[in-house]
Amino acid sequence: MTRETLNARRLLCPLPVIRTQDKVKQLMPGDQLEVICTDPGVMQDIPAWCRINGHKVLETQADDGEYTIVLEVGG
Amino acid sequence: MSQQRKAVALISGGLDSMLAAKTILEQGVHVEGINFFTGFCVEGHTHAIRARDKAKPKRNNSLWVAEQLGINLHIIDVIEEYKDVLINPKHGYGANMNPCLDCKIFMVNKAKQWIAENGFDFIITGEVIGQRPMSQRKETMPIVARESGADDLLLRPLCAKNLPATLPEREGWVDREKLYGFSGRSRKPQMALAEQYGFSEYAQPAGGCCFLTDASYSAKLVDLWRARDNNRAYDLDDIMLLKVGRHIRPRPNFKMIVAREEGEGRFLQGYRKEFMMMSSASHNGPLVLIDGSPSDEDLQLAAAITARYGQGRDAEQVDIRITGKDGSARTIQVRPMPADQIPEAWFV
Repeated sequence: MTRETLNARRLLCPLPVIRTQDKVKQLMPGDQLEVICTDPGVMQDIPAWCRINGHKVLETQADDGEYTIVLEVGG
Repeated sequence: MSQQRKAVALISGGLDSMLAAKTILEQGVHVEGINFFTGFCVEGHTHAIRARDKAKPKRNNSLWVAEQLGINLHIIDVIEEYKDVLINPKHGYGANMNPCLDCKIFMVNKAKQWIAENGFDFIITGEVIGQRPMSQRKETMPIVARESGADDLLLRPLCAKNLPATLPEREGWVDREKLYGFSGRSRKPQMALAEQYGFSEYAQPAGGCCFLTDASYSAKLVDLWRARDNNRAYDLDDIMLLKVGRHIRPRPNFKMIVAREEGEGRFLQGYRKEFMMMSSASHNGPLVLIDGSPSDEDLQLAAAITARYGQGRDAEQVDIRITGKDGSARTIQVRPMPADQIPEAWFV
C-alpha cells in the first residue's frame, strides 16, 4: 500500500476531480491518496466521484481555506 | 445468451442527458457517463469564489446525475483541444460566442474515440430536435453524426423516432419502440418522463451549461482578444478571470478587474505574481488587478477609479497602494473619480 499526495490548490471544480481521477488511474487498489484543495466544492464533488466509482473516502478536513480529502482506491 | 451491449452517454448535468441515459439503462444496456470540461462549463465557479455564496450548496451536476443513475462517470479535460473549436468554428457562433454546433461535433467525436479505446458499442446524447436554435435542429442532427465520425453509432433516445434507425436499433441492441419522438422547445415531454422515472430534482440551467452562451461573458472574451491585437490564444487563467469581478477598460492598453466582494478579492490575490495590483491604503476598498501595460499617467487614472470603489469615494484624497508582480510596492495619492465621470463605455 502506498500513500500519495495531490496538490490541487487554486484549481476550481471540476479540475480537482479530474486531477484526482487521473492520479487514481496510476494507483493500485488499497492505495491511499491525499488531495489538498482550496475550492470548497471538492467537499461534495470528490466524495460523490468516489461513491460513483467505487473508492472510499477515509477522511475529510477543512482548515483555514484548505480542504483535504484522503481516499482509498477501490478494487 | 445475448451479449450485454455497452453505451457511453454524454452527461451535461441537465435533464435531457439524464433522461436519455435512463431510457437506455432501462433496456438493460450497460451505460457509463462521460463529461467534457472545456473551461467554460458552468460548474459553480462563481459560488466557489464569492464569499457571499459560501452557504449555498455547491455540486457538480454531472456527478450528481451519474449518482442518481447509478453509473460511472468519466470527466475529461479538453481545455487545450477545445481552443480550436472556439477560435475556428466551422459552423460559426450562436447569439454570443457559443460555437454550439462545432462543440457538439467535437464532443461526439471525442466520445467516438473513447468508445473505440474502451470497448463500448455506441454513444447516447440527450439531443432533441428543435430544442436549441443552433445545434439541435432537424438539419443539424445528421451533420453532428457525420462530421463527428460517429455516424449511426450515435443514438438520441429522446427523439430517435423522428430520425432514421441507428445501428443499435437495427441490430436490436435497443428496442426502437421504447425510444421517444420528442421535438420542439417545449419541456413538458421531458418533465413528464422525469416524473415517470421518479426524478423529482434536476438541474435546468438557462442557456445550457456553458458561459459562452452568456452575453456579458462573451463581451469580456471579445474584449480580451481585441486588446491582444485579435490574437485569440488564451489560457485557463484568462477565461477564469473573465468570471470574476467588475471589468473596466479605461484605455486600450490596460484593463482593471475590480473585486466586488471579499471572496473575489481573495481569488484575485492568488494572481499577485502574474499581475500588478492596486488597493486603498487609507480606506477600506476592493483589490484591483491591472491587466496590460499602463503608463504612469494610466496608473493615476486607474488609482482614481480604484479609489471610487472604496470607502474613501467621497474623500478629498485617497492613498492607493500599487504592488508590482515582483512584490515591490509604492503609494500614490489621488482624488477619487466621481461615479458619474466613469464613462459607461469603459465597462466591459
